[in-house]
Amino acid sequence: MPYEALLVAVLALPFAGSFLAALFRANARNAESWLAGGVALASLALAGAAYPLMAEGGIARYSAAWVPGLGLEFVIRMDGLAWAMTMLIAGIGFLVVLYARYYMSPADPVPRFFSFLLAFMGSMFGIVLSGNLIQLVFFWELTSLFSFLLIGYWHQTAQAREGARMALIVTSAGGLCLFAGVLLLGHMAGSYDLDHVLAAGDAIRSHRLYVPALILVLLGALTKSAQFPFHFWLPHAMAAPTPVSAYLHSATMVKAGVFLLVRLWPAMGGTHEWLWLVGSAGLVTFILGAFLAVFQQDLKGLLAHSTISHLGLITLLIGLDSPLGQVAAIFHIMNHATFKASLFMAAGIIDHETGTRDIRRLSGLWRFMPITGTLAMVAAAAMAGVPLLNGFLSKEMFFAETIEIHDGSPVDRALPYVVTAASMFTVAYSLRFIRDVFFGPPPTGLPRTPHEPPTLMRLPAEVLVLACLVVGIVPGYTVGPILETAVRSVLGAAVPEYSLAVWHGFTPELLMSAFAMAGGIAVYFLLRSWLLVCEGPPLFRHINGRRIFDRVLVTLSWRLARRLEEIFGSRRLQPQLRLLAAVALLAALAPFYMQDLVPRSMARPELDAAFALVWAVGIACALGAAWQAKFHRLAALILLGGAGLATCITFVWLSAPDLALTQLVVETVTTVLLLLGLRWLPKRLEEISPPARIRWYRGSDFAFALASGAGLAALAYAAMTRPSPDSIADFFVENAYTKGGGTNVVNVILVDFRGFDTFGEITVLGAVALTVYALLRRFRPAPESVPVPEQQRVQDIDDDAHPDRKKGDTVRSAMAVPGLIMRLLFPVIAVVAVYLLLRGHDLPGGGFVAGVTMAVAFILQYMARGTTWVEDRLRILPVRWMATGLLLAGGTGLGAWLFAKPFLTSSFSYLEIPLIGEIPMASALLFDLGVFALVVGATVLILIALAHQSVRSRRAPRSREAEATTLAPMAELR
Amino acid sequence: MEIVLALGIGALAGSGVWLVLRPRTFQVIIGLSLLSYAVNLFIIAMGRLTREAPPVLTARAPGDPAQLADPLPQALVLTAIVISFATTALFLVVLLASRGLTGTDHVDGREPDA
Repeated sequence: MPYEALLVAVLALPFAGSFLAALFRANARNAESWLAGGVALASLALAGAAYPLMAEGGIARYSAAWVPGLGLEFVIRMDGLAWAMTMLIAGIGFLVVLYARYYMSPADPVPRFFSFLLAFMGSMFGIVLSGNLIQLVFFWELTSLFSFLLIGYWHQTAQAREGARMALIVTSAGGLCLFAGVLLLGHMAGSYDLDHVLAAGDAIRSHRLYVPALILVLLGALTKSAQFPFHFWLPHAMAAPTPVSAYLHSATMVKAGVFLLVRLWPAMGGTHEWLWLVGSAGLVTFILGAFLAVFQQDLKGLLAHSTISHLGLITLLIGLDSPLGQVAAIFHIMNHATFKASLFMAAGIIDHETGTRDIRRLSGLWRFMPITGTLAMVAAAAMAGVPLLNGFLSKEMFFAETIEIHDGSPVDRALPYVVTAASMFTVAYSLRFIRDVFFGPPPTGLPRTPHEPPTLMRLPAEVLVLACLVVGIVPGYTVGPILETAVRSVLGAAVPEYSLAVWHGFTPELLMSAFAMAGGIAVYFLLRSWLLVCEGPPLFRHINGRRIFDRVLVTLSWRLARRLEEIFGSRRLQPQLRLLAAVALLAALAPFYMQDLVPRSMARPELDAAFALVWAVGIACALGAAWQAKFHRLAALILLGGAGLATCITFVWLSAPDLALTQLVVETVTTVLLLLGLRWLPKRLEEISPPARIRWYRGSDFAFALASGAGLAALAYAAMTRPSPDSIADFFVENAYTKGGGTNVVNVILVDFRGFDTFGEITVLGAVALTVYALLRRFRPAPESVPVPEQQRVQDIDDDAHPDRKKGDTVRSAMAVPGLIMRLLFPVIAVVAVYLLLRGHDLPGGGFVAGVTMAVAFILQYMARGTTWVEDRLRILPVRWMATGLLLAGGTGLGAWLFAKPFLTSSFSYLEIPLIGEIPMASALLFDLGVFALVVGATVLILIALAHQSVRSRRAPRSREAEATTLAPMAELR
Repeated sequence: MEIVLALGIGALAGSGVWLVLRPRTFQVIIGLSLLSYAVNLFIIAMGRLTREAPPVLTARAPGDPAQLADPLPQALVLTAIVISFATTALFLVVLLASRGLTGTDHVDGREPDA
């Protein structure tokens, strides 16, 4: 059998099954169970088929390209440990499905349940079979997600919702830490591939990032395995249906954490940090869980705390950092899964058949369900570590391991005594589970009369208990080879001597077991009467993990957010802009401090009087605009134009003819645009004296503006006075002609090298034009702006007063000469635009400047003769210009595909035309033509839409029909 | 030369920042335009000042970068000029619409409380 296909099948089957299961009818309990059970069995069989290879110590691998650019591969990798875990997950998964068939009530929507369960199973397979750490984290988070959905299955109850949320937050936060840790690990090992990482143990341990990586990985593992101080989520996850608890908290979810620790032990273990961090977390959890479990009144609560405690035991074993400890940990992972799953099932049966899980209300159930009682008893005995059961074997190994000297510290020396004492509590809660529930007087006041469950519901627990017994009695023949396979894959050649025999003679660990047993019985009988009335465990009653968690959550998600909003939030623009500008100022100051950016003196400072004069005017214009913008908008606009002209001249000065051209025409249209807008702004009269608060704001803003200006000037000067660093500009200059076929480097950059950026930019321009148009369609001016402006009214009165003049004559005669010139200029400007477009590739010019120039030609016609006159004679369809432009530019880019070249690849040649001469014919010219058309369309659309408002609002009050007729040309736009 | 240009950039930027922080929409729009001039010049200045050497090749052959002005900042600024026209237009229309809807030209859409 090809192992690759097998691996893919094992991983894919549960997810395919999950998808199918979701499609069934809500009450299809049997069909769902067949499907889910079939998937689990098939996975089990497939994994089983891989045993021969595993027994030889082989590794099955399947890899496929995932993100080749990052060197990431999707790797499914099965070695002995992964194989054993897969068998465990699939086997217990099958039993849980069978159990769930009888446990779930007909009223529960089962497709959701089985679909999530199968997806969860698949995610667990993903964790254990990942051959790549990133992939492992992905499946890790998937288990968090599906466990959230499973725990919250009965989402109608608040308990389930809160339990699910808590589990999700804790485990997925841990998952994020794990992700960070794994990234560090990959960095240290030089690869994310598991085999590489495991082989790079020495490099990892000696790396300076080892401790941060270890802490992050541990945060992931410890949250998942519910280790102190993250243990509190597990008891709340008991709100899940019992089959979910039986699955998640025995063989899967919580085992993922300890699995990861065992997996990474060869790479990260063997250090002092590992011993202390992992070991102490395990020890504290072991003791705390056992202690708390004794005082639980809820059957599942008791089992939940016992799970925490046993996971603590496993973590402690891993933390003890010896090969034998890993053997014992792997063995206990398997044993704990079997007895804990059967105990959860027993608890579920009791809940199902009696209607309660409260230990105080249950008693004497033996009479009603002797078989279930026997099963629970055997499983609980295995949990307590009674001889001839599997729990005894791994616990003996555990005791033996604690006796060993690890680092000789006082804690290490005290360890055997401490764990014996804690084991007493393990025995005590196991005893309590059995004695308080199954023995004693018959129960009174139960919701239902208890009886044995259906045979098949009991079957899974029977199988598991049988496994406990068989493993406990003849370990060497049953679990021996499996354990050997798993252990060898982790430890390699360094597998220590260990023996699975039931009887090792009178050893210290046997003595510890005997003490624990006797002590546990004593503890139980001492506490018994008090246990039945106590409310929560002593000492820890007030330290409630959940309350702390809730408080942290509320603080983070609500109080902190509100506090920050109070400090930084504002619905007012000015404070926000002040904050933004302050941050920008601080960021700009940084280089002065950090890089010691001080202005240097120039080698030969030259001062050109003309240039200085231009800037004297420019600076005056800028300051004047700032001063006048509030009360004298027209003046400010003219001054703005002055500053723009100074900028434009500077471009000429600094050898940037393209920029100068573009700046000049854009300046023109911007001014026209703002002029059109001025009409709709309110009249503002100078106030006499502003209040003190306003004056204070102005003062601080002024200081701020001064600092910004001075800072930027200093920064610019400091940068300009030092030599230019190497930049990518050289590439463009060297290749503009050979690769782009043009001699105007700036234009070649725009339409060829960075053509895709330009394409994006003209798209933005088109989007802005359409937005402007859409906004103006719904434009309603303020009431006081609607009437005819004052100047026009004065003109009209004057026109009316003279009998020989018609209305509007004043403005017509005033515009007569300029209007004529403007009309005559139309063809001239149009020719100039085309000229600029055509020469653009080789000489200053190009699509942008040509487009705006063309738009200016159109706008001039509007200014010369008025909207109505122009639109009666000239039909400009700006939206079509824009569409043509975009299609042309995009089409030129797509055209390259016909020649099997990437998008926007250009080609060029020269064409000899009689009379005109040689003209460059680059495909980039077509692209530039597209840019030209779009710029014309967008500019004209914006300006005309704005200009139309004057026509529209004046007519609006009269009648809608009038508006419709006068705006007929606009209809074309719509 | 450098000092003059640096002062010019500073004056444009300072006036721009002052206006952007003002409460009336028209002031903000003028301020943004001034700021964009300042930033465009600043970007050009990052390519250092070169006189009488526009980045246009004289021969149909690979050019010599040392002989020409830096074309890269020019290409960046060329697109910036066109885009700043677009944003000015958009902002102007938004401010007109806001003025029509709210009856005020204050940037917050309502007059400040006295």
